[in-house]
Amino acid sequence: MPGGAERVLRRRIGSVRNTKKITRAMELIAATRVARAQQRANAARPYAEQLTSVIEDLAAGGADVDHPLLRRVENPQTIAFIVCAGDRGLAGPYNSAVIRTGEREIQAHRAEGGDYKIISVGRKARDYFSFRAYEIDSYFSGFTDNPRFEDAHRIARRVRELFETGHVDQVELIYTEFVSLGTQRSVVRRFLPLEPTKTLAQAGGADASALISFSFEPSPEGVLEDLLPQYVEARLFAALLDAAASEHANRQRAMKAATENADELITKLARDMNRARQASITTEIMEIVGGAEALEDDAA
Amino acid sequence: MTLRVEFVSPEDLLYSGEGIMVTTRTRGGGEIAFLTGHEPFIGSLQTSQVKVTEVDGTVRLFAVRRGFVSVTGEKVTVLSDVAVPVESIDVRRANADLTEANAKLTTDQHDPFALADRKWAELRIELAVG
Repeated sequence: MPGGAERVLRRRIGSVRNTKKITRAMELIAATRVARAQQRANAARPYAEQLTSVIEDLAAGGADVDHPLLRRVENPQTIAFIVCAGDRGLAGPYNSAVIRTGEREIQAHRAEGGDYKIISVGRKARDYFSFRAYEIDSYFSGFTDNPRFEDAHRIARRVRELFETGHVDQVELIYTEFVSLGTQRSVVRRFLPLEPTKTLAQAGGADASALISFSFEPSPEGVLEDLLPQYVEARLFAALLDAAASEHANRQRAMKAATENADELITKLARDMNRARQASITTEIMEIVGGAEALEDDAA
Repeated sequence: MTLRVEFVSPEDLLYSGEGIMVTTRTRGGGEIAFLTGHEPFIGSLQTSQVKVTEVDGTVRLFAVRRGFVSVTGEKVTVLSDVAVPVESIDVRRANADLTEANAKLTTDQHDPFALADRKWAELRIELAVG
């Protein structure tokens, strides 16, 4: 079948080229989105920092309240796990890594005889857990590549509801931390109960001697009561922004690798195709030469 | 001497500038005004307006649903997750929110969320129209 193999290879090269165009475009889009996501994470920082600094001032003012968000349970029975994955795939190991970290935490807690609730953020997390017959408490999606504060607010409201009514004793937040463009890692962070205000203040780098004494309205306790829910939302928002930046960085890397693979594949297929073409030419020449010689023999 | 005024929301810096006076309402404290040299102060805000009087007399108004104000002698920082400058208030949206809140209140007139939503909608309409 001379020419057949060559035609098949030519078609495959064409399709690989098309795929390469798509992965290359996705790589470029992801690259600009990483930059934007990082910018947004930076823009969100002043708010979180200011909130923390108010907590520092409150702690210095001696405010300590018995807020429901601080309620600590010795042996937590039911733990809620907020798993932040993406809505879309094609992001390398991004989704599976964070989901597996979450699943490991859940299994560890179940092995100790505890109960769990899953709050899944992103379509991929829901797909995974519901396919494996985990019970999902609530599900949020549609914003993982570009989260708004409003989204953090909605999730936080559900989480607080669960925690403040005593349905869960503890909340763990599982997301992908954006360390740098080259490094992102899945982390598990205690989300609720909050640390006591003093600890929060120290974590924020409070220097007790440098603090001025503030007056508070309505009262230190009153301000703190309003502030803690806001603090919870700001923390969740920061995590969502980190996750979004990580998702784009992972997608960029995955698509870059895919583009390079396509290049290699094209080179290899082109080589195969040329070999097939030369083989068919050689065969044709042989046939012609063979035919000519046969004619000569006849004439002789 | 002027006050350094910053208006911070979770997504970005809403406003930053120099002012001579900032007025707002704190929870439980009523209306309060800050000039330079005000004692260090932290307050939790009511659903209300924040008014910044700039050096040249220009007044900037913001509608704030909730938030905090932190004051030191020369700096006023307003923190709020739901705040809009008066000129960007969407009146149609505020009216829709008001209708929705009122509908909820006819079934349960003590629903705290609906009450808060109504107050927030009324404030926006009042500021945008007035």
